[in-house]
Amino acid sequence: MAERFTKSMARNMYMGGSLFFILIFVGLTMDTVRQMPGRDNRENLTEAVAHGKKLWEDNNCVGCHSLLGEGAYFAPELGNVFQRRGGEAGFKAFFKGWMNAQPLGIPGRRAMPQFNLSDEDLDALADFLEYASGINTNGWPPNIEG
Amino acid sequence: MKYESQAVAKPYFIFALVLFVGQILFGLVLGTQYIIGDFLFPEIPFNVARMVHTNLLIVWLLFGFMGAAYYMIPEEAETELHSPKLAWALFWIFAAAGTLTIVGYLAVPYATLAEITGNDLWPTMGREFLEMPTITKVGIVVVCLGFLYNIGMTVLKGRKTVINLVLITGLLGLALMFLFSFYNPTNLALDKYFWWYVVHLWVEGTWELIMASILAYVLIKVTGVDREVIEKWLYVIIAMALISGILGTGHHFFWIGAPEYWLWLGSIFSAIEPIPFFMMTLFAFNMVNRRRREHPNRAATLWALGCAVMAFLGAGVWGFLHTLAPINYYTHGTQLTAAHAHMAFYGAYVMIVLTIVSYAMPIMRGRPNGNSNKAQVVEMWGFWLMTIAMVFITLFLTGAGVLQIWLQRLPESGEALSFMATQDQIVIFYWLRLIAGLFFMAGLVVYLVSFFVGGDEPQLEKA
Ligand code: HEM
Ligand code: HEM
Ligand SMILES: [Fe+2]
Repeated sequence: MAERFTKSMARNMYMGGSLFFILIFVGLTMDTVRQMPGRDNRENLTEAVAHGKKLWEDNNCVGCHSLLGEGAYFAPELGNVFQRRGGEAGFKAFFKGWMNAQPLGIPGRRAMPQFNLSDEDLDALADFLEYASGINTNGWPPNIEG
Repeated sequence: MKYESQAVAKPYFIFALVLFVGQILFGLVLGTQYIIGDFLFPEIPFNVARMVHTNLLIVWLLFGFMGAAYYMIPEEAETELHSPKLAWALFWIFAAAGTLTIVGYLAVPYATLAEITGNDLWPTMGREFLEMPTITKVGIVVVCLGFLYNIGMTVLKGRKTVINLVLITGLLGLALMFLFSFYNPTNLALDKYFWWYVVHLWVEGTWELIMASILAYVLIKVTGVDREVIEKWLYVIIAMALISGILGTGHHFFWIGAPEYWLWLGSIFSAIEPIPFFMMTLFAFNMVNRRRREHPNRAATLWALGCAVMAFLGAGVWGFLHTLAPINYYTHGTQLTAAHAHMAFYGAYVMIVLTIVSYAMPIMRGRPNGNSNKAQVVEMWGFWLMTIAMVFITLFLTGAGVLQIWLQRLPESGEALSFMATQDQIVIFYWLRLIAGLFFMAGLVVYLVSFFVGGDEPQLEKA
């Protein structure tokens, strides 16, 4: 590197640059948190949804599936499964049937475990997925297949 | 070895390599399950194997970073480590906690593990990469605090070099960002937003400081280039890393509920994230070309150069490939993500740990000039096998990803293939990936064998 550019200039660039961008990032985070109520579907965050999220975590569903595109890529996206599988009219029935039918036991096919959840739990999980599908994702995913 | 206490790095490195083997074995299980869906089901479901694979990766890299710090910091500070006893105690605590957690994953269903470890009291489990029980997370924090205290005291009483300060800053940042893993709101969008504070600000922030300082240290040792020059480079590299990487976090805020301005900010700032990685490549080759000595440990030099190149390819090139919002709209959460994840983690963090291991292990084993030529040749075979295998893993996953996007993402609803149908169409790439994975495993075995190859120590040559 050129001699004109000294080590102390490099250090100042590091200290000044990182401090500056940390502050901007904190500021933007505060603004994001402020804007979230209009975007994150919190009005539908019920007790049941909270319970459903806990079940989602306690069974590590994200270890196979993605949710809003994050997680594993072994099994289908579930951020929009509510719309894909029946919506308001049919999703809950579909979902309970699906969960109770696992594992399907088709040789060679990717298998989903049986989690032995109660009917109440399944209701809550379905509510959680419905809530997740209502988050404003800037139009993602591109189509219904997720 | 200038200071006796540097030797505590040895158990850290050895245990890291043992976990590395476990990580790759479970990688092979995953690769097989991608093709034969019910392989090992229901004994080891995919999600369990995946947690073991990714958590072993993170934990062995942490062992590697700690080993690196215990080795480098006393020598840079020109004083003995504050407390080797504490370092040993923390080693056993961390090793035991890590082993118990992995055994827990494999021995009982995850929901049971969550229940018996008190996830009801403070739920933090069941989120990608942060699957470990809350008490394990607390254990990690305790180990980090003890570790930071130990190296902090060492730095305070000794010489304060730039390398030491950058390394410590990176490690402090690592511990600090990990605290966000304890924040898990029921609001999914906020949960995801702050989850990235851990994951992104680790790999594209604090860990880059750690990587750059280890690279700088090894380059000083093997090239003999003046410290002033190296330190200037180091500052500029980490400056660029943080200037681009902090707001670059925005490339994860496109589709999780955050405001639209992140589409712009995330795209722009993450698009400059490749620069620090490119600079590390220039840095490494420049210093080696300007070397003032021929260090007899040529394997360590090869790792340092290879790390810089592969980190640039995996993080810089494969990262840039999908980081602009209009592209990420289609690539988000596909096999392309996995392709990038593999090469970036391998090129940057696996290889930087193997670089310091390659440099420091021979010295700790009483061979100040490096291993015998015979052993180095075997080690370099391991280097090439693993690295080329990883290039192919990345290329095959990229093929799978592009086809997946073509079939499942680009067509309109109704025309697009479903996820599962798409997976059937791209299975050939998963076969190829698995074969490349077997070569990776073979390379790892060759690498480990190199530790047991004898022969005479190489002689110092004058440049
Ligand atoms: C034999 C070699 C390997 C095979 C067959 C393999 C296979 C896999 C598979 C199938 C997944 C899960 C993808 C999914 O979620 O659907 C995965 C995830 C992952 N593996 Fe590997 N792996 C191997 C080696 C490695 C190595 C050497 C590293 C690190 C350097 C690594 C790091 C990761 C990471 C970071 C993830 C999470 C990816 C993400 O979330 O995008 N793997 N691996
Ligand atoms: C060594 C540094 C890096 C490592 C270890 C790394 C690792 C990863 C991993 C593991 C993921 C997947 C996370 C998940 O499971 O959801 C990921 C995602 C991503 N990375 Fe990196 N990364 C690095 C650097 C970069 C850089 C420099 C860029 C941009 C230039 C980048 C762009 C991205 C993007 C856009 C995603 C999101 C992919 C998606 O939407 O699915 N990464 N990275
Ligand atoms: Fe990132």
